[in-house]
Amino acid sequence: MNGFVYLKNVVTLELDAEKCNGCRMCTIVCPHAVFEIKNKRALIVNRDLCMECGACEKNCPENAISVRSGVGCAAGIINGILRGTEPTCDCSESGSSCC
Amino acid sequence: MNTKFLTGTSIASVPQISTVWSVNDVLETIRVRWSIGRMNYKVETGLYAVGNPTEISPVFVTANFKLTFDHVRRALYGMDAWLLILDTKGINVWCAAGKGTFGTKELCRQIKLVELEKIVNHHKVIVPQLGAVGVSAHEVKADTGFSVIYGPVRAEDIPDFMDAGMKATKEMRAVHFSLWDRLKLIPVELAYGKIYLILVPAIFLILSGLNRKGYSVDLAYQDGLRSVLILLLAYITGCSLTPALLPWVPFRRFALKGLFTGLLVAILLFEFHFLGKGILEIISWFLMIGSVSSFLAMNFTGTSTFTSLSGVQKEMKTALPVQIAMAGTGVIVWIVSKFIVL
Repeated sequence: MNGFVYLKNVVTLELDAEKCNGCRMCTIVCPHAVFEIKNKRALIVNRDLCMECGACEKNCPENAISVRSGVGCAAGIINGILRGTEPTCDCSESGSSCC
Repeated sequence: MNTKFLTGTSIASVPQISTVWSVNDVLETIRVRWSIGRMNYKVETGLYAVGNPTEISPVFVTANFKLTFDHVRRALYGMDAWLLILDTKGINVWCAAGKGTFGTKELCRQIKLVELEKIVNHHKVIVPQLGAVGVSAHEVKADTGFSVIYGPVRAEDIPDFMDAGMKATKEMRAVHFSLWDRLKLIPVELAYGKIYLILVPAIFLILSGLNRKGYSVDLAYQDGLRSVLILLLAYITGCSLTPALLPWVPFRRFALKGLFTGLLVAILLFEFHFLGKGILEIISWFLMIGSVSSFLAMNFTGTSTFTSLSGVQKEMKTALPVQIAMAGTGVIVWIVSKFIVL
């Protein structure tokens, strides 16, 4: 635990425990320990710590996890609004990025 | 391209790299931390040798941002290993994974390109955990036959991870955001304003000369310098002070954190009679300092390690209009205060 919690009840993380095969991959890739395995099934234990990075969804072989992943970055969201695209880290026209 | 980290050629004509930083590497790191040439600080992609690796040596995968590359090779001190560098356009692992450049496709491409199956007899690659945002382990396995083993978040934990038989502790799997982590980011944050850091103060300097009788260069000098100083303080409060004090500033929303510290600084400046004498000018500064600090603190969400897209969108929906209204009103009231002294 790093002691940082962002806003409550906003994240789009969904877990379909029925599909879970207990491979533990989500517990390995999550940078904020959102998941735990209980009775050979994944469980969301720290929902508000999720930063919607999408690593769990990408590495779940059973497609049991879904999350609208993207950058939690105000500058990126403003970029998206200005250009009419999805939030993006690409800050300049040439496609270079800020992070 | 800086290739001073090369020490020779290992077997199969793979370039061998040093695990020790040169003075030049240290100087370059300091330069890039100040955002100078940060977007073009790259190394060649492909396979590198650390020590004298053989077919049983581990393969570590990382990005071609030289700051990242330097931290990984330093962590491999004393080891015999292979280092596979993906083309992430000079971006670090986590951000590149978010964009997909550090991803399944590029990892599979590089594994095939360097013919990794001919170099090692095990079918394993160690990918930094934060690369999982772009890499799908089961898809890499299906495409190349190589198993992805997720290593620790931080390169410095690689030796312990290897000693434990390629097992990461909970601690190694967690992303932190310590005071030191945040302090290292201050130079980049300070450089964020770029040209506006000169443009906006210059406009305030010029406008400061306005008064009821027309224009006064003396006034522009006196009031102008004071205005520029206040603006720079607001800027630093938003983009450096608030991030540094992040866990100790109340509120969860970054925009509110920035507003809070901004108003504190404004109160402090007011106490030292630095915000002018007229009530209008004082009000204008409270509005401007608050909005500048709030906006910049909100922008720090992108640098922080724990904010979600949904959360940032939620706070921006109310914060952005308020910031624009505060800044706009602040500027108008400030100009009016040049002509009407209440």
